[in-house]
Amino acid sequence: MQVSFLYYEDCPSYDLALERLREVMAEEGIAAEVEVIKVETEERARELRFIGSPTIRVYGQDIDPPGDYHYALTCRAYHLDDGRISPLPPRDMIRRALRSPAKSQPG
Amino acid sequence: MAKLKPGDKAVHFELPGVDDRSHALADYADREAVAVIFTCNHCPYARAWEDRLIGIQADFDARGVQLVAICSNDANKYPDDSLPRMKERSEDKGFNFPYLYDESQEIARTYGAERTPEIFLFDKGGTLRYHGTVDDNYDDPAAVKNHYLREALEAVLAGQQPPNAETAPVGCTIKWK
Repeated sequence: MQVSFLYYEDCPSYDLALERLREVMAEEGIAAEVEVIKVETEERARELRFIGSPTIRVYGQDIDPPGDYHYALTCRAYHLDDGRISPLPPRDMIRRALRSPAKSQPG
Repeated sequence: MAKLKPGDKAVHFELPGVDDRSHALADYADREAVAVIFTCNHCPYARAWEDRLIGIQADFDARGVQLVAICSNDANKYPDDSLPRMKERSEDKGFNFPYLYDESQEIARTYGAERTPEIFLFDKGGTLRYHGTVDDNYDDPAAVKNHYLREALEAVLAGQQPPNAETAPVGCTIKWK
């Protein structure tokens, strides 16, 4: 499985998000390496289609496909099921993406 | 690090608000405590704490506490932080405190704010009594153990020193021009 984790260092919870991703992968029995990519410039953000930190992709597909595409060095908001906003992707969202990689896999 | 430190005096500002009126810090001189909060629309940390700030204003309003939110981000790079979008956000969320636009970023620079949200709590005499974050859990309001701002407000209203005069602000960096 191809899993990538893109982050911007100024967003303080990226380490927690990466830890959460690895925990969910372990719970799901997925031994794949996570490709960790540090995004440091606006130019790189555009190249990587990076809309905010943290971004998790499974086979290149965003686990929470964005509604708009403003590429920037910024922190990303995730919408929780109860309506709250969090800087951390919820575990269930990560789990769903990992469980249906075929659906996520492009092409 | 913030330029203002606990014990320092507040710095005057006068900024336009989402209500199309001008708001000056001096407008709140009759309040027992004023919390100046640098925040913005787009940052998930700021948004995660919005409801809690609304709750704090509601809970402490009758005791003379005033929250004043200021957005200083560069709206050219972050269009969600423009004044029109601030107006939408304030209305959608039902902000019960002024939400001001620091377009020149001068006030954020003067205060030395670096993050959103970042709080500067002043007592009635305009002395900074608390600087930092809202509480210790942006992700889960039910899991908060340390309600820093609430504890600081209780202390200031009682004429005492807050138990923590300073905590590390947690959030997005202010987006400078």
